Amino acid sequence: MTAPAAPPALQGASAPPRSNGELVFAEPWEGRAFGLALALHEAGAFTWKEFSTELAGSIARWERAHPADEEYSYYRCWLEALESLLEDRGIVDRAVTLDRAVHLRERPAGHDHRHDHHHDHGG
Amino acid sequence: MAIQTRTEESFTPAMRTEALEDILTERGLVDPKVLAGLIKNFEENVGPMNGARVVARAWVDPEFRARLLADATAASAELGYKGAQGECIVALENTDRVHHVVVCTLCSCYPWPLLGLPPGWYKDPAYRARVVREPRTVLAEFGLTLGAGVEVRVWDSTAEVRYLVLPQRPAGTEGLTEEELAALVTRDAMVGIASVAAPRR
Repeated sequence: MTAPAAPPALQGASAPPRSNGELVFAEPWEGRAFGLALALHEAGAFTWKEFSTELAGSIARWERAHPADEEYSYYRCWLEALESLLEDRGIVDRAVTLDRAVHLRERPAGHDHRHDHHHDHGG
Repeated sequence: MAIQTRTEESFTPAMRTEALEDILTERGLVDPKVLAGLIKNFEENVGPMNGARVVARAWVDPEFRARLLADATAASAELGYKGAQGECIVALENTDRVHHVVVCTLCSCYPWPLLGLPPGWYKDPAYRARVVREPRTVLAEFGLTLGAGVEVRVWDSTAEVRYLVLPQRPAGTEGLTEEELAALVTRDAMVGIASVAAPRR
């Protein structure tokens, strides 16, 4: 049997994310919210069981509060759980996050505080 | 209204996430490089091909299969697959008589190192509620019809225990290499909502 050009397992139905056209995160903020929780967990801010308990609570609250025909957003629940856990732990108050969100919203248009944006300067 | 509200609802999740990230990185609680690496890893590297390689190895190597069924975390680590949400993985072997299907009724617990992040349907409230109540109907909706003689077992994942379904090796694949076998194994088969089809000739 001759060697294929690429390992068949990488071309099959279970190819890596992206290369099989599947979007892991529907929007960039979902990936950021996911990564923040995982990074904080890995830094020892909370155990994964603590986070998943909070996430389960957040999902259950959504399911109780919303009609079945309203679109469900898993990562909205994820973000809610993260904010809630960080507040409970005294790490970041929601009020502080909202203050920062106001600040970011009011920054001049075109200004990016992160300085890591990539402008396309053309040819 | 002239007064701008300052509630969660007045900001999009993207704005709240950006604000949180801004604070956490400013305070040194999150390293932006680590964060970027984690996201990129799950977007590009970790996915069901890992689990597929574990399944293919179990199909061709009876001793590995025995180790996988005894301790899937350790057996997966032999192939280099370990990490967050892979601390306690249990492998469930499908047979002619028993078919396993996995859910997380409370949230979305899932064996990340082997399957990556879960697909939308796995996180969906309808799947999470219905597969427990009427697994055969849900499986049929996914296109998997099981005979009356097959017992369906539904496993509820938790933050502590994640499951990997070891699907049955399809007939007619005796001549395939381990890599060719791995290419047949789908994520859906490893969650238990599909079987593995033989390659089309």
